[in-house]
Amino acid sequence: MTARVIVVTSGKGGVGKTTATANLAAALANMGKRVVAVDGDVGLRNLDVIMGLENRIVYTLIDALEGTCRLNQTFIRDKRIENLFMIPTAQSRTKDAVTAEQMIEVCGELRKEFDYVLIDSPAGIEAGFRNSAAGADEALVVTTPEVSAVRDADRIIGLLESMDKSPIRLIVNRIRPHMVKKGDMLGVSDVLDILAIDLIGMVPDDEAVVTSSNKGEPLVLSQSTPAGIAFRNIASRIEGKDVPFMNLDATDSGGLFGIIRRAILGH
Amino acid sequence: MGFFTNLFGIHNSGQIAKNRLQLVLLHDRSDISPEMLENLKKDIIAVIKNYVEIDEKRIELDLEREDSSVALVANIPVMTVRRQRRRGEQ
Ligand SMILES: Nc1ncnc2c1ncn2[C@@H]1O[C@H](COP(=O)(O)OP(=O)(O)O)[C@@H](O)[C@H]1O
Ligand SMILES: [Mg+2]
Repeated sequence: MTARVIVVTSGKGGVGKTTATANLAAALANMGKRVVAVDGDVGLRNLDVIMGLENRIVYTLIDALEGTCRLNQTFIRDKRIENLFMIPTAQSRTKDAVTAEQMIEVCGELRKEFDYVLIDSPAGIEAGFRNSAAGADEALVVTTPEVSAVRDADRIIGLLESMDKSPIRLIVNRIRPHMVKKGDMLGVSDVLDILAIDLIGMVPDDEAVVTSSNKGEPLVLSQSTPAGIAFRNIASRIEGKDVPFMNLDATDSGGLFGIIRRAILGH
Repeated sequence: MGFFTNLFGIHNSGQIAKNRLQLVLLHDRSDISPEMLENLKKDIIAVIKNYVEIDEKRIELDLEREDSSVALVANIPVMTVRRQRRRGEQ
């Protein structure tokens, strides 16, 4: 196997990187791919709790880097989805516990064993971000339709370009269709106009994201929710499938939910 | 908010957000520092002076947004145009 290594990043914190990493990893594994999600946020680890695997951590990536264990001893296998793994990082350490060279080496090892390596990046543009992106080929940039998040995304895209990541594709998260419709939120087309990169998905703001993170269950496992469908569509597009974008600005009855219901149930 | 509403003649916050972003990114993206701009101005003056006489004090040089691109716009008041020597007249 030679995995595609993809870093999930954003610049601004709290826009949905960890949520996206967990759900895309689960969706890709659900499609039969062998996937590992790596927590690249040393000192502020969250991927473990979002994926609901926090109670099974024995060794972290840092332990492997320091030679306390082998890399494959850090793998936590998700018992609910076949072929889904997670590598936790240390909570009680700082960003300098990992170097860019080490990340490149780790990614090189993981490449041999998986179809996909997804790396959850920390916020910011400093060493933590650079290290987590160092071993990646491709990047997914997450933003929300807000001025500060889009501005930071623009900065990150510039940095990713200078690091030769390709493709660099955009996820617009937490869209509220009724606000876009009223003209009170940046629409996806506005964001694309401004950032001028390829869109790989739009994810609506969805309470199910909160409830699924409460339970530590990826959305794609539970019943079809708007955000869950959006993440599954993104996973399909990563796989190269041509999936039409959801119409989030729909004005007809039922709005977004009506459309999704029709898409699923056929009425 | 009043400033932007008046400036762009629009009232919904989504459009205001887009316009603000475009202006903010215009500056974020241009790696051109005020110092660089000043040096550029000096160089431009030196070149243009070979051809025309210009009013150096009234030169304006700045970055401006035009739709989705950024332009370096210069306003250079010309005083007189130097007479050109014809070829072979040296
Ligand atoms: N599409 C969404 N709908 C609703 N809440 C969301 C959505 N995406 C993310 N969130 C919430 O936003 C917060 C930040 O998400 P997280 O993935 O931790 O961001 P990051 O990793 O970028 O800091 C979390 O509380 C999460 O539940
Ligand atoms: Mg995070």
